[in-house]
Amino acid sequence: MIPFTLRVHGKLAMAAAILLCLGAHAFAEDTEVTIDNFTFSPAELTVKVGTTVTWKNHDDIPHTVVSAGKFRSKTLDTDDGYSFTFTAAGAYKYFCSLHPHMTGMIKVE
Amino acid sequence: MSEFDHDHGESGRNHSPGLSRRRILECMTWAGTGVLWTISGGVPRSLGLVDSAMAAAPAGLSFLQISDSHVGFDKPANPNALGTLEEAIARINAMPARPSFMIHTGDITHLSKAAEFDNAERIISQAKLDVHYVPGEHDFLDEDVKLYRDGYGRGAKGAGWYSFDANGVHFIGLVNVVDLKAGGLGNLGAEQLAWLEDDLKGRSRSTPIVVFAHIPLWTVYPEWGWGTEDGARALEYVKGFGSVTVLNGHIHQVMQKVEGNVTFHTARSTAFPQPAPGTAPSPGPMKVADDKLRGLLGVASINFKPGDQRLAIIDTPLQG
Repeated sequence: MIPFTLRVHGKLAMAAAILLCLGAHAFAEDTEVTIDNFTFSPAELTVKVGTTVTWKNHDDIPHTVVSAGKFRSKTLDTDDGYSFTFTAAGAYKYFCSLHPHMTGMIKVE
Repeated sequence: MSEFDHDHGESGRNHSPGLSRRRILECMTWAGTGVLWTISGGVPRSLGLVDSAMAAAPAGLSFLQISDSHVGFDKPANPNALGTLEEAIARINAMPARPSFMIHTGDITHLSKAAEFDNAERIISQAKLDVHYVPGEHDFLDEDVKLYRDGYGRGAKGAGWYSFDANGVHFIGLVNVVDLKAGGLGNLGAEQLAWLEDDLKGRSRSTPIVVFAHIPLWTVYPEWGWGTEDGARALEYVKGFGSVTVLNGHIHQVMQKVEGNVTFHTARSTAFPQPAPGTAPSPGPMKVADDKLRGLLGVASINFKPGDQRLAIIDTPLQG
């Protein structure tokens, strides 16, 4: 299997590598939340334990991603990103500490 | 100077002239060249455009408000925010009547970088005026959150609040950009509110009050976070005073409201305009045609004439 997948490019090879790393874990595909127009999108996201979520700021204004007591990004300028790997199940509410009307949630199963 | 210099023998004037007219609530937005307006008994009265306002030389205290200089901002809405700050300072230096001092209502820098603070100071100091600052949320972005405090917050309480007196007017600088709660608006917090109540205790009700803070203390547009969660608490403490003026920034446009004897005003930015509430998908920087930009940036000058219980605010754009 390994020699075969290494011969193909891009996603297939990546998927094979992830499968190898995960071992007994369920498949967890890393995913992205974008920030556009002072809005987290998607505002709610459900992921598997072990997933890494990356937030990307596309606004001309800096934002942050903060979940009280769980994670806190540095200030994200335009096109900056922040990644967090969710290792425990739960509902993680978060917001932008500069513009607190911006809120979102990651549900980890 | 004693904090109570102006309290002697004025107890007979301990009343609020505008209380009976508290129903008056007006909201005005000026996109033009600026207007001088005065308040008398809670009724706003327009006295004409800037030129005639300038002609009437202010007899009392005159000070300037600049806001939201966002030094370091270089996006399409204004690739040179430092340049437009420089233009604003040049206009201040060209004013025929020299103001007593300046207040800056926050967002001095865009990203709280040391070089941004240095550049802002280099330009603003060219006005050769004392500057009383309050921080915006963009001034607390450095990792250690210390550049604003070290550079501007010395002698202030908490995250940078303080008060001072000038020409019989009591000025209060508040901080409503820290400890913001998810889903909420600007925030003053219990400690600052307790300080404010104490700061006003025993002060004559005839003392004119000017409160300044970055985010509007009144609710402009909560959908965009334009308001202060516990702002009403602060306003409760000041509303018994005969003349109260609340000066804010943050929303990068002129907006005015009069409620009883309390006058609310927000100043333009010197960096980039933001859209009127609800007219765009977000409050982000508004890109306008190059020849329109300077008409939407500017400064405000505030004149107070003792005895009149009146205060005049003139918004002057960088151009137009």
